[in-house]
Amino acid sequence: MVSLSWLMALSAAIFVIGVGGFLTRRNILVMFMSIELMLNAVNLAFVSLGSRLGTMDGQVIVFFVMTVAAAEAAVGLAIIISIFRSRETVHADDLTLLKW
Amino acid sequence: MPAGLFWFLAALSILAALGVVLQRNPVHCLLALVLTLLAIAVLFIGQDAIVVGFLQAIVYAGAVMVLFLFVIWLLNLPVESGPTGHLALKLFGTLAVAALLAELAVFLVPSRLQLKFSSAHAAGYGSIDALSQTLFSEYLIAFEVTSVLLLVAVIGAVALARRTTQAELQERKEASARVEKAA
Repeated sequence: MVSLSWLMALSAAIFVIGVGGFLTRRNILVMFMSIELMLNAVNLAFVSLGSRLGTMDGQVIVFFVMTVAAAEAAVGLAIIISIFRSRETVHADDLTLLKW
Repeated sequence: MPAGLFWFLAALSILAALGVVLQRNPVHCLLALVLTLLAIAVLFIGQDAIVVGFLQAIVYAGAVMVLFLFVIWLLNLPVESGPTGHLALKLFGTLAVAALLAELAVFLVPSRLQLKFSSAHAAGYGSIDALSQTLFSEYLIAFEVTSVLLLVAVIGAVALARRTTQAELQERKEASARVEKAA
């Protein structure tokens, strides 16, 4: 049995890579993928802790996270397509219309 | 889960996650993300979370990622030619990542969580039976709310990505040009 510490460390590492990608990349689609990375890191932590506690709650929460991620991907990609149709860019720095 | 399998999957998922962040071509980023998701799915199954592991592989790596791939192809994105964005932003991002990693290293130590861990699982742990028992009793209201969320997301996605007529598009372009001229 792998120790829980290593599983949590792996989860933290993937989460941090996701945060780094979100902060440094400017392509909206890649920023979206970084969000998915963060969600999956948290899922891994939920499943590992739930497995060690012997409860199903962690897995049920992972189920909900997957549902919300699917909804988020559908709406977010629709927004990206809509932006691309009118502005023809997916570069986050080009979308500064709301910036004061 | 054997230790060797864990280390292989851990190395694979971290390398693939780095690939998501570092590669220039969005399609390659996406394929690296799929690899990460599959490695995490195997980690789930290795911890007796069998149903969730298969859901991860089928729904997440299968359906959601194909949606991403379709959008990338639909937009016909070019490969980024060089590093983009401000240097200050990258510096800030690196600092924030280092701070977050330090914080997680301090707080995520399991011995500090003060929980009672057990290594043996009851029979049927992680099966579809146990999952649905919990889902449809304790989390029934959350499950119903999720169905409303999915409905709203479907309606919203269709409304947003709906093909606009040329006249509407022209009007929108004129409006944004007006705003840019005023700014």
